[in-house]
Amino acid sequence: MKKVVCLLIIVMIAMTSLTAGGQQQAEPARVVTVFGAFVDEEARRFEEAIRPFEEATGIQIRYEGSPEFETLISVRVEGGNPPDIAALPQPGLMKNFAAGGHLVPMWSSLEQAVDSNYAPVWKELGSYNGTPYGVFHRVNAKSFVWYPKKAWEAEGYEIPTTWDELESLMDQMVANGHTPWAVGMESGGATGWVGTDWIEDIMLRTAGPDLYDQWITNEIPFNHPSVKKAFEILGEIWLDPKYVYGGVNTILTTSFGDAPRPMFQDPPRAWMHRQGNFITGFFPDHIQDNLVEEVGVFPLPGIDPEYGIPILGGGDQFVAFTDSPDVREFMDFLATWESGELWARAGGALFPYLNQDLDAYPNEIERSLAEALVNAEVFRFDASDLMPGPVGAGSFWTGMVDWVGGKSLDAVLNDIQRSWP
Amino acid sequence: MTTEKKKAAKWKLVINLILLLIVIIWTLPTIGLFISSLRPRDQVMNTGWWTAAARGTELTFDNYRQVLAGRGYTFVDSQGNTVRASGDNLTRAFLNSLTVTIPSVIIPILIAAAAAFGFAWLIFPGRKIFFTIVVALLVVPLQIALIPILRDYQSIGLTGTYLAIWLAHTGFGLPLATYLLYNYISTIPRDIFESAFLDGARQMTVFTLLVLPLSVPAIASLAIFQFLWVWNDLLVALVFLGGTEDVAVLTQRLATMVGSRGQDWHLLTAGAFVTMMIPMAVFFGLQRYFVRGLMAGSVKG
Amino acid sequence: MSEMEKTQGTGSAAQKVLVAAGRVLISLFIPFVAFIVLYGGFIFLRDSNAPQGIIAAVAIIWGVGGVALLFWVADWIVNRLPMNTAKKLQPFVFVGPALVILGWYLFLPALRSLYLSFFDARSQEFVGLQNYVFAFTDPKMLESFVNNLMWIILGTGGAVGFGLLIALLADRSKFEKFFKSLVFLPMAISFVGAGVIWRFVYAYKPPGEEQIGLLNALVTFFGGNPQAWFTLRPWNNVFLIIILVWLQTGYAMVIISAALKGIPTTIIEAGRIDGASELKIITGILIPSIFTTLVTVSTTIIIISLKIFDIVFTMTNGNFGTEVIASMQYKQMFRFLHYGRGSAIAIVLVIAVIPVMWYNLKQFSKREGF
Repeated sequence: MKKVVCLLIIVMIAMTSLTAGGQQQAEPARVVTVFGAFVDEEARRFEEAIRPFEEATGIQIRYEGSPEFETLISVRVEGGNPPDIAALPQPGLMKNFAAGGHLVPMWSSLEQAVDSNYAPVWKELGSYNGTPYGVFHRVNAKSFVWYPKKAWEAEGYEIPTTWDELESLMDQMVANGHTPWAVGMESGGATGWVGTDWIEDIMLRTAGPDLYDQWITNEIPFNHPSVKKAFEILGEIWLDPKYVYGGVNTILTTSFGDAPRPMFQDPPRAWMHRQGNFITGFFPDHIQDNLVEEVGVFPLPGIDPEYGIPILGGGDQFVAFTDSPDVREFMDFLATWESGELWARAGGALFPYLNQDLDAYPNEIERSLAEALVNAEVFRFDASDLMPGPVGAGSFWTGMVDWVGGKSLDAVLNDIQRSWP
Repeated sequence: MTTEKKKAAKWKLVINLILLLIVIIWTLPTIGLFISSLRPRDQVMNTGWWTAAARGTELTFDNYRQVLAGRGYTFVDSQGNTVRASGDNLTRAFLNSLTVTIPSVIIPILIAAAAAFGFAWLIFPGRKIFFTIVVALLVVPLQIALIPILRDYQSIGLTGTYLAIWLAHTGFGLPLATYLLYNYISTIPRDIFESAFLDGARQMTVFTLLVLPLSVPAIASLAIFQFLWVWNDLLVALVFLGGTEDVAVLTQRLATMVGSRGQDWHLLTAGAFVTMMIPMAVFFGLQRYFVRGLMAGSVKG
Repeated sequence: MSEMEKTQGTGSAAQKVLVAAGRVLISLFIPFVAFIVLYGGFIFLRDSNAPQGIIAAVAIIWGVGGVALLFWVADWIVNRLPMNTAKKLQPFVFVGPALVILGWYLFLPALRSLYLSFFDARSQEFVGLQNYVFAFTDPKMLESFVNNLMWIILGTGGAVGFGLLIALLADRSKFEKFFKSLVFLPMAISFVGAGVIWRFVYAYKPPGEEQIGLLNALVTFFGGNPQAWFTLRPWNNVFLIIILVWLQTGYAMVIISAALKGIPTTIIEAGRIDGASELKIITGILIPSIFTTLVTVSTTIIIISLKIFDIVFTMTNGNFGTEVIASMQYKQMFRFLHYGRGSAIAIVLVIAVIPVMWYNLKQFSKREGF
């Protein structure tokens, strides 16, 4: 026993002496750590897009992406180990960290860049109590309807430009023995957001942006007639089995990513799918390979002509937790179109910059989406992301599921209102 | 005598048939996963996996290739050229996982075995209270410990080191380890200790020469569970070690492979089998310690 | 007597002092060296940039050797103390390290949670029992209590029952290792992998389409209508619990099997010689012998069922009446950023386990030590 212990001690002392040798390697001097929720291909695209910045300045950007972002960012910030910069998917997180005094407010050069490069709505979204913090980079736009182009051409369906046209198109499809919509709202721990997106789109089209804003802050209650009306309009489509492929059960159990697949079967089982620009990544491989020939897209038509065709969107905002010249330089860079251009060229991402070059987008689909986003008369951020967490990521999501599952509309709306903190 | 033998043989057959039935039910989902891991994503979504086996439709190792060798991407660089870059392979993550896991299995088991011996056979003040706390701590969700522990780590500069994560896994694994080993060690027959203590043996000697060798089956099974838990853990590693490429463990790499919105979930099928290999090897390796009759002093298979 | 001692002592007083001093020095020196070695290793591991293979090797030796060294040094010191003190301190050499680590990593954080559970979302204002009122009145929480009870009963019963059955049967089979490995297999699959597996079992497609879910394929094969399994209350809870049983039976089987192997063969042989039937041997000898193990396995699986989170969170997100306590805790803590409620629910979990603790303590009190 003692011999073993002696031997152990000797081995350990020997190893300890290695310490001196090990410590001499110097860390690269200028490193900025960035933490976000996007991973894999998107993380690579981000790294590629900011490479020119790294080459020009010598600042090394170390990006870490994780699907566990939701848990990790709170733990790391509260635990005293925040990244230099984080890309927050929800404005609610930004507000929470800003209220806790963890964030660095925008400095003048950054504020100037944001003022000149973005529509005012983006600065507002990045602000808490009037102080701006967040810079938006890649964003998504959700008010779009995707359809199988070739099948539509063969049937002679035409893109609807008003809600009435949409409804008559749906009836025309039903008359032809077709099912108009493909819908699926299952999304693991986030199940429900597909439904809240639809409601938000309809709210913007029937109640208008002002009521929409009051809805977010609960100035109008969740069981307000305008909200109820939005649910009823959605119910006319979703709860009618002839309009949705597979009916309610399919809506509830199909993953949002698998939802558009019936459109690409032969013959199509469904003919339209409303979803954000990111959905193309879920299309079957042979569709993705020939996206422009196979898929068409149009904005979800307006309902009340007064509000035109509003665009609903979302996006990650970058906020700084530490204040250093390198962090500032990188944040300033993120506020410019140059930080997104390479990514736009590679495809799969939209950017909100006013001065962006639309020709950079690799195909007409993405170009048209970017154009619709930048030129939208009314643009609003995803309401569920702006509502307090217990509603926006809680009762609103589960309420959607309950309502589709057969619970009465009044009960659902009252429940959501009651959960408002 | 022959009828006896026949009866015994009949029983053996029945037992094996029942076991076979259970095992088939148990393995069916895994077989489904395995066949799915050999199919392209689009087929997986349109037809059942059992039809692939029946039809003999084309099976491919493409999912495995992507998981093991990393995926390729096409980039447009700043000069406007299209560049094809290949992803990273899993070697680094694999090494990281081993570095995290091995000490995170051995350290808590050593400490837990000592504590279990103490609880089972030694008298000291607070014995009951401490034991109750150990059982209560089994149910404490580790999520509530992440923030305070991270704060402590920050103040002593431990965050991001392997030591940080071993200690964390030790802390979070100790209640179960202590509890399970206590159960086993407390069933060691009393007279074994009595004679040892009467001979004037020191407690440390009793522990190292009697308790540890006798507990080998329990330690082996516990080692398997602790290994599985640490190997498949994602959260603890991400909090205390971080998720950058140089320290990312296997589970982290696989979790990021499915894409930000989970669009590449089909890679999970192959990934699940890749990560499963080492735990299964550990299971097979340790299974031979589950032997009969250590306590009785006669080793008999 | 004392005089003699004195006279003998005077001559060697210096020597005695020297010996005593030497002893003290050694007593200090050994722990000191141990400390230096451990600290050096700590610094090395914390700051070194050596190749990973070396770090890993050092790490393993340091970690494992360090723990062994700590135990040995502690034991060495205690044995140099006066008899009475040594006897009192000795048990703490064994349980001390575990208690210190448990205290740091779980007990103190749990106390902190208890404290935070009386405060508001951002832990700034004292709110009294408000968070506990929420925990015991919120409809989703009440739903969770009922569901968790179902998890505990069916999940524990299923996993322990199957684990015991398989362990008993496999013990009598020539292909024991083969059968046990296959039942163990699900444990080795990471949870994300298991999630995909069960999606393939419960997947739903509208009637008339080809089913890709195993269960619905069977149902339609026998002429039934495909079901959206996760929306069928209250059975959807059972479908989720099946996943837990599938995962945890391997655990129960391994532990129970190890205990069965620990039963002295002489006892079983004696039973056989007495002419007891196989069933009698099982119920009369084997099960009583492994009773404490069954309690242990049940306790751990009850606790796993209480803490069940990822199965529910990833499969249904608690929709369709499947919410559970741990998933509520996670959501309050990390999604709604309400530390008060999140902490209160964590404490509720500890309260819920009191009956289990009490039963274990009762078993524990029966044991006597040395």
